[in-house]
Amino acid sequence: MSIDAVTPCFHVGDRVTVREAFAPGHIRTPWYVRGHAGTVERLCGVFGNPEELAYGRSGLPRQPLYRVRFTQRDLWPDYAGQANDTIEIEIYQHWLEAAGNRP
Amino acid sequence: MSSYRRYGLFDLRGAGRGDAGPNEYYQVMEIALRELLIERNIFSADDVRRQVEAMDGRNAGIGARMVAKAWLDVDYKTRALANGSAAAQEIGIEVGPTKLIVLENTESVHNLVVCTLCSCYPRMLLGLPPDWYKSKSYRSRAVREPRAVLSEFGTEIDHHVEVRVHDSTADMRYLVMPLRPEGTESYDEVELATLVTRDSMIGVALAADPSSSRQGG
Repeated sequence: MSIDAVTPCFHVGDRVTVREAFAPGHIRTPWYVRGHAGTVERLCGVFGNPEELAYGRSGLPRQPLYRVRFTQRDLWPDYAGQANDTIEIEIYQHWLEAAGNRP
Repeated sequence: MSSYRRYGLFDLRGAGRGDAGPNEYYQVMEIALRELLIERNIFSADDVRRQVEAMDGRNAGIGARMVAKAWLDVDYKTRALANGSAAAQEIGIEVGPTKLIVLENTESVHNLVVCTLCSCYPRMLLGLPPDWYKSKSYRSRAVREPRAVLSEFGTEIDHHVEVRVHDSTADMRYLVMPLRPEGTESYDEVELATLVTRDSMIGVALAADPSSSRQGG
């Protein structure tokens, strides 16, 4: 296998769901967004996978990194701010699936 | 091995610990690793010293210069919003391998930056992060109740303005471009930069009020 980078499969505006996984080790996907749906704001590029790099491995294939926008009230049902407040987070593609396709 | 007390980077950086007390666990680990890397000629002690000196030499004035230029030059602002790293390099700011995203505050959006996982921070533009930025309290509350956190910083964001939090979790770094204060139409770039505070570029504050800032000289 010599695939250097995974091909991006989401586009700006796509609805995506963060995988509800709880893998051990070094992970850059915060707990509070797992299982929640958001919207792709931009593709940041492809980067070595930090979950591999953290252990001295190659980080290949590189993973597409997105900025995903969530509505605060979707993340925190008792959110005290305004209804249109949002949060944006960088999430790697292997943590995302198309919204609506959750098992 | 010599018997003199070895210095952790925090001592070298003069970050307030001074010579008080024995080295803590992570300082001992840092010293051991650094000495090994020097022994193996991966880098030299002078390389470390120069890097620390460079880190300490950076401050929020660098980011302020970028924001002030963007306030004055619409084309530059457009480039900065499209590609923050390239726009920083364009005015001679060394950004390194991380990618910079510039977030523009507008009449309808106020941006706030946090790193919930650790303390990612645009050091190349703002210098070392303040202690509160690294605190668990800020890191957990900024995403959960940003308006309450802003209020504690003395920053009230109007109800019709969207508060947009940016959790800096991976390979991007974020710089907030605050709204240009009113009454600054005649200001040049240097004068404008004095209004662009560190906290306004993290998003916990607005740009300084020109009337009070000028008094402070």
